[in-house]
Amino acid sequence: MRRVLRPLPTLLLLLIFFGAWELYVDSGGVNNLILPAPHSVIATLYDDRGLLWSNFLVSAKEIVLGSLVAAALGFAMAISMHLLPRWRGAAYPLAIASQAIPVPILAVPLVFWLGFGLAPKLIVIAIVSFFSIVVTTMSGLATVDPALPKLMATFDATRWRTFRHVELPAALPGLFTGLKLTLVVAVIADVLAEQAGANSGLGYILLTAGPQLLTAEAFAAALILSLFAMLLFALLTAAERLTLPWAYQPRGDGRS
Amino acid sequence: MIGAPVQEQLDRGESDNVALDDVRRAFRSRRGTVVALERMSLRAQAGEIVAVVGPSGCGKSTLLELICGLQTPDSGSVRCAPAALMPQRDLLLPWASAIDNAALALRARGIGREEARREVTPWLKRFGLEEFARRRPGELSGGMRQRVSFLRSLLAGKPVLALDEPFASLDAITRAEMQGWLGHVLAEEVRTVVLVTHDVEEAVVLADRVVVMSPRPGRVVVDLPVALPRPRVRTDPAVVALRAQALVELGVGR
Repeated sequence: MRRVLRPLPTLLLLLIFFGAWELYVDSGGVNNLILPAPHSVIATLYDDRGLLWSNFLVSAKEIVLGSLVAAALGFAMAISMHLLPRWRGAAYPLAIASQAIPVPILAVPLVFWLGFGLAPKLIVIAIVSFFSIVVTTMSGLATVDPALPKLMATFDATRWRTFRHVELPAALPGLFTGLKLTLVVAVIADVLAEQAGANSGLGYILLTAGPQLLTAEAFAAALILSLFAMLLFALLTAAERLTLPWAYQPRGDGRS
Repeated sequence: MIGAPVQEQLDRGESDNVALDDVRRAFRSRRGTVVALERMSLRAQAGEIVAVVGPSGCGKSTLLELICGLQTPDSGSVRCAPAALMPQRDLLLPWASAIDNAALALRARGIGREEARREVTPWLKRFGLEEFARRRPGELSGGMRQRVSFLRSLLAGKPVLALDEPFASLDAITRAEMQGWLGHVLAEEVRTVVLVTHDVEEAVVLADRVVVMSPRPGRVVVDLPVALPRPRVRTDPAVVALRAQALVELGVGR
């Protein structure tokens, strides 16, 4: 019963939020074309379901694949920086700098080089998202007690086997944490990438709906993106509990 | 089977498994040089259990790392047979089951998972851990974790075991049980043991010799032979007397 009741406070908050929004628009506080009332967003969601669904599929594919590229890139970078301190010294400052780049200035030349297809979206998502995966994976690697590599040395382990048995598994919870942080940002990155050049996707819908004063349609697209982010987050949490149950287990006596 | 690595050592006519002579080891830090060990000498014969007791920061961990070849001395000589470390606290891998943790030394040598498990299984049985083979460390008691940790280092197959305060994290009752258990295991599975501890009673109950170290820079103050029959009882007057003597040497007895 507890499990069933757990989302109740969230639903209650949503109800209050949308109720207040509905009342504000209905009472004439703002023009429906500037801020659509929730009921008209939901009506649009139904009326335009075909259009929204097909464009959602485009964006969903970009977001999921882009996050996977970001995960692979971020994980590989974290591992290589962990194993090669000199590479870390050279690359880490640049990775930080890459995060300060406003994405649109990159999105436009990427579209110029790679066209309206999937590739520029994946690159934009990967650039925006990989860094949080680098940071969380590296902090996972840092949780390894320095005595463990020493222990492995007295067991005559090679550097690779020490990494494989002692360090790599410790990095996995960090990878998951990074992915969770990344997914939400990946949604926004995908919208930016689509707005720089695309002919489908929810970001494209958002871009084209504005000038046509199809505000309710734009809000419906945004709502779908939010729900999708929540779904991905939930799936990822479930996958983490399934694959890394030990990360959720308290140690017997509470020592670290 | 029993004590095979040590037997090999004896067969080759090597009597000293651990030989440190006039060792100095210092560490430079921003605040200056810290001398961990100075004129430190220590010997352990094959199959001997030597306990090293001393105040905190007397270079005991440095001593073990020198024995294990993880550090080299600044001067003096260290000649040791291959040694496996048993680190302070259990440091088991939280994601791995008891059997996979115990098999770590085998995996470190490149033995596959299934073969390593097969090799470890009879040992788990012997150590009373059979039922817990598939449990992760988080599901084991403190005493069980220490047994897995000891088994992990034992299975490295090295003639020398360097034990770094193996039971320091346990409560007093479990610690006493584990000391009895370790004495029993080492009677069957002979190794040359250097046991660093701050528990003088543990040292006297388990060791053939108790080496008392000075505060930093660490060196040997006194080397007490413990010529008492085993298994030893901690309330035995002879044990109590030796314990008192070691405490006097540490400067805390009366």
